[in-house]
Amino acid sequence: MKAYFTFFKIRFINGLQYRAAAYAGVATQFAWGFMTILMFSAFYKSNPENFPMTFENLTTYIWLQQSFLALFMAWFFDNEIFDSISSGNVAYELCRPTGLYEMWFVRSLSSRIYRVVLRCSPILIVAAFLPAPYGISLPVDIMAFFLFILSLALGSFLMVSINMLIYASTFYTISPMGIRILSVSIFELFSGAIIPLPFLPDNVHRIFNLLPFASTQNTPFLIYNGYLSGKSVFHALLLQIAWLFTFVLFGKLLFRDALKKVVVQGG
Amino acid sequence: MIELKNISKTFKIARRNAGFGEAAKAFFHKEYEYVKALDNITFTIPEGEMVGYIGPNGAGKSCTIKIMSGILNPDGGTCVINGRTPWKDRINHAKEIGVVFGQRSQLWWDVPVVDSFELLKDIYKIDEKQYKQSFDELVSLLNLESIIKTPTRQLSLGQRMRCEIAASLLHNPKILFLDEPTIGLDAVSKIAVREFIKSINKNRKTTVILTTHDMQDIEALTKRIILIGKGKILLDSDLSTLKKQYTKHKIITVEYISGQPNLIDGLSVAENNKNRLVIAIDTSKISVSNAIAKLSESLDITDITVSSASAEEMVVSMYKELNI
Repeated sequence: MKAYFTFFKIRFINGLQYRAAAYAGVATQFAWGFMTILMFSAFYKSNPENFPMTFENLTTYIWLQQSFLALFMAWFFDNEIFDSISSGNVAYELCRPTGLYEMWFVRSLSSRIYRVVLRCSPILIVAAFLPAPYGISLPVDIMAFFLFILSLALGSFLMVSINMLIYASTFYTISPMGIRILSVSIFELFSGAIIPLPFLPDNVHRIFNLLPFASTQNTPFLIYNGYLSGKSVFHALLLQIAWLFTFVLFGKLLFRDALKKVVVQGG
Repeated sequence: MIELKNISKTFKIARRNAGFGEAAKAFFHKEYEYVKALDNITFTIPEGEMVGYIGPNGAGKSCTIKIMSGILNPDGGTCVINGRTPWKDRINHAKEIGVVFGQRSQLWWDVPVVDSFELLKDIYKIDEKQYKQSFDELVSLLNLESIIKTPTRQLSLGQRMRCEIAASLLHNPKILFLDEPTIGLDAVSKIAVREFIKSINKNRKTTVILTTHDMQDIEALTKRIILIGKGKILLDSDLSTLKKQYTKHKIITVEYISGQPNLIDGLSVAENNKNRLVIAIDTSKISVSNAIAKLSESLDITDITVSSASAEEMVVSMYKELNI
């Protein structure tokens, strides 16, 4: 257990060196957040009644999405993992007394978390001080806040566990590009990264909600802004847990199979 | 204790000829070829021994190392190392072995070497006292004080390799696999690494299995040699026995003042400079003492040195004879 924590730590220290990237990230997320909000405000002006949530709830969703982007960005992968598979450096990692799945899970998770730690607070603080409908509002109540944190953690674990499948696929295909592009496009649409899922037509929304992608970012943000409340929160959390369990199990099985057939590339 | 019995491993390799047409054809129909990387490998290595595992490129050396360290699953055969099958009990096995792949790096690229060591300390759950002791020993033996705080990416190859070896020994493994540890090192670093491996083997009783193409490594370090070629074990014996068997000549260098060498059967001149003669003695035809006696009859000798052929030459003649 301590080994994984140290892994986390060293990754974190390593990441703190890249300050310029963090500044650039914050600037981009601001720009992106404002653009999205402006676009939606144009729609809301025409007819606010037609939308599934209030404009305040929507802006809250968007700012949360921008602050926690690094946890859920679908295009982000740990390139060192791909490299170590295709160059054969995985040989060293297999000589360690740790599970490869666990080690890489912690690694991917920590490279997401250090990015979030560096970027989320400036965005959240500024967004909190923006005038009423454009800024981020407080969570509906304290309970919602804790449930949001729990759901956020589950969502990011789920995100990483889905990434793990893509890492595992590299053992079979050598080049991860094809499956990476496929997964990114699926994620962007199905996870609510482009537009929040409740904005989709009802039938589509109902189906998308059950898919694992919705359990990553859609669920925690909707808990925070109060769109999900009461029983539906618990249903959503249960669904997150179920998907997390499924993906971890599947990922571990895939890793086990891959390691049986593994060919360490390059001599 | 390492015991390998009938270990075999086959790789499936996609092959095609060069050219666009061939590439297009392979797009629809790939042709595979099965390459037997290891074929019935059997050997036993007792605890504390230092063994040289040699063979030409592509013979299966690294493949065997990977099987013994639990990375690869063989197709057949058994391998028991300290009572465990490496690929079935990889995690427990990993605690007891140290591996150095000369062509790869296990150190964290961007952080100082000492950070990588700390990470390994936690990965292997080495307790503080033992780590301190191991660390101090390795740092002083391998002369790492001045480089341990430098990020790995700024180290020279020789410095890095010394750190790699230290990294593999922090947890005090019982068995050390070295896959070409001296590749690309200069003479000074090579000697430092060899001395170190020797002292580790002596002091900690670590079993060492070494693959290399550098015959000086073998000469300096190991008594026993296992030779592999085309996936098969061809020889497994003492270095000195092999030398006797495969180097049927000795080199004798004679410096003399005057006289004409009397070249009897079994002697052949390799070099004849002014008053300096290099002669190869075919020991199957004439003994060294006889040859010296015969030479001193005809020459007024001032200096004489006898040397046996190097391990390098031995290996060349071995590869030739075994046709690998």
